[in-house]
Amino acid sequence: MATRATPLTAPGGAPLAGRPRDSIAAWPLADRLGYLTCWAAGIALCLVTAAIVLFMLVKGISYLRPSLLVQSPQGSLDQSKAGGFLDPIVGTLLLTALGTALAAPVGVALAAWLSEYARPAWLARTVESGVEMIAGVPSVVLAIFGLLVFSQGFLSFLSQTSAGGSVFGKSFFAAGGMMSLLALPLIVSSTREALAQIPAHVREASYALGKTRATTIWRVLLPSVRPNIASGVTLGMGRIIGDTAIVVVLLGATLQTEGAGGAPLLSTLRGTGSTLTSYVYTNSPTGEGNAPQKAYAAAFVLLMLVVGLNAIVTRLSNGPRATNAERSPLRRGLRAVRTPWTR
Amino acid sequence: MPPPVRRIAIDRPPRVLPPSANGAGATAAGSPNPRRRLARPPVSDVIERMRIESVSLAYGARWVVREVTLPVRRGEVLALIGASGSGKTTLLRSLNRLTEITAGATRAGRITLDGEEIERLEVNELRRRVTMVFQQPNPFPMSIFENVAYALREENHGIGLGRARRRRSRRELEPDVVDALVRAGLYDEVAADLDHPALRLSGGQQQRLCIARALAARPEVLLLDEPCSALDPLSTATIEELIVGLRESVAIVIVTHNLQQAQRVADHVAFMHLGELVEYGSSEQVFDNPRRERTREYVSGAFG
Repeated sequence: MATRATPLTAPGGAPLAGRPRDSIAAWPLADRLGYLTCWAAGIALCLVTAAIVLFMLVKGISYLRPSLLVQSPQGSLDQSKAGGFLDPIVGTLLLTALGTALAAPVGVALAAWLSEYARPAWLARTVESGVEMIAGVPSVVLAIFGLLVFSQGFLSFLSQTSAGGSVFGKSFFAAGGMMSLLALPLIVSSTREALAQIPAHVREASYALGKTRATTIWRVLLPSVRPNIASGVTLGMGRIIGDTAIVVVLLGATLQTEGAGGAPLLSTLRGTGSTLTSYVYTNSPTGEGNAPQKAYAAAFVLLMLVVGLNAIVTRLSNGPRATNAERSPLRRGLRAVRTPWTR
Repeated sequence: MPPPVRRIAIDRPPRVLPPSANGAGATAAGSPNPRRRLARPPVSDVIERMRIESVSLAYGARWVVREVTLPVRRGEVLALIGASGSGKTTLLRSLNRLTEITAGATRAGRITLDGEEIERLEVNELRRRVTMVFQQPNPFPMSIFENVAYALREENHGIGLGRARRRRSRRELEPDVVDALVRAGLYDEVAADLDHPALRLSGGQQQRLCIARALAARPEVLLLDEPCSALDPLSTATIEELIVGLRESVAIVIVTHNLQQAQRVADHVAFMHLGELVEYGSSEQVFDNPRRERTREYVSGAFG
């Protein structure tokens, strides 16, 4: 209720007895304490977030030099010759793109199957607990499992093979594959929840026009949940960008991106590299690089990257608050399919 | 300490509006009789399209429709009336086999469409010929144009089997889409913004869009499941007129809880109670001279 400027009166003009609004002073003690706790929790969270952002901003900007963004890292004890972190930035982007590209279609398909078919029931239950299981597995466990898998001979085409014939098992392919498992449960659950929110009569309306289940999913249901798929993908990308264990174990966390030879992109994808997270780790006082200034600068770039990606995905799925006429056809299309049922 | 009890003292009698000059009957006399039948254009001929013969329907072990026999004719509106739980909607949904998507639903008896049993027809083929409009307006989250075009596009079955059909272009579809919107009485209102999202329309317009969508593929039968129950009286009136006008070209079955509505739009009325067909007859006969006591009670508002 909005606060009223004039006190409430009865239609006849007589003022109402009692307080015009609930005031906190009139609440029971337990309610007041609960209310206070909620406020305190909210404010505490804001303070922590603000502290992180401010700290990273100050530290990051004070150490960040444009040259750091465009130079490859070099192995040198002299920090002025140790280069920047171009390779880790490229590595982060590449790995995120690869992991998301693998996870998004699989995740959406899984969610659609779980929500719309889910037969036989035992298989659906198994798939469901499988997804939950993956969501709970620590990434370092996924990483060593991945190393085991990708070191198998028949998967040698995804990484490099040493002169002795043993498969290296470390590459963008290997790391991307395992990273996609990190993102998968988030995409599955957000898509599935949104599909469950679509009322049954919307599906029936499509069936009642003589459309198959597949057509209904493809043309009606998935377009309806596009914003939710986008938010699942964003969350998934966040996990991929933020993960370090898989990078260290499966990407090699090498100083520079090292191709495996052959066609340019394929060479990189089969080769090893590093990401901003592994760069921050190795340059932090704990790591072997021990260049905290660069770690701060890289962490700042990482933070900005995450914020930027979130903004892009949110904007793509919601569209800006502009009128339809001013919008590009692509945007208009995206706006038109915004879900009515899941807001 | 408990909060103080708020007291609102009423120290004078409640005020009511002053009685109007003509006395108590003024409101009823001032507005048109809500039960008056809508003016109906003459229909060239009445043809039977569907036949429901001794149809019984069950969910699991519970029979919800028993031994119902009814004709569905083009050129007239058939209204199914009855209290909640009388099986009207279930019967309606069985006409395009939409009951089949409910697990455990079974059916006995014959339903034919133009003499052919509906089991023999491919289910999606049947549903293109017998379309349905639901209680809640449910346009798909696409543009107005695409909502109608969706019904017209035939999806290519079997990827890579050589018979994949080309997606029909907008130009090819446009005449049919416009025609469907015209028949649903919506075209004049949306002609300029066919590309706007359908969900920005008002509730009544959305429901007419759903009717346009259902009419687009030129079905033989149109099923309406309480199409006005989520709408305001003005939109309801528009849709009722639309229904009466459409009966020339398509057989219409409407389920309604609203007796006045049934009286306004229907040519024939079937009254169902607890899964059984109690009475079937012309609208005038069922409402003015019901043969059965149960019908009399229901149409006079004694229960339901």
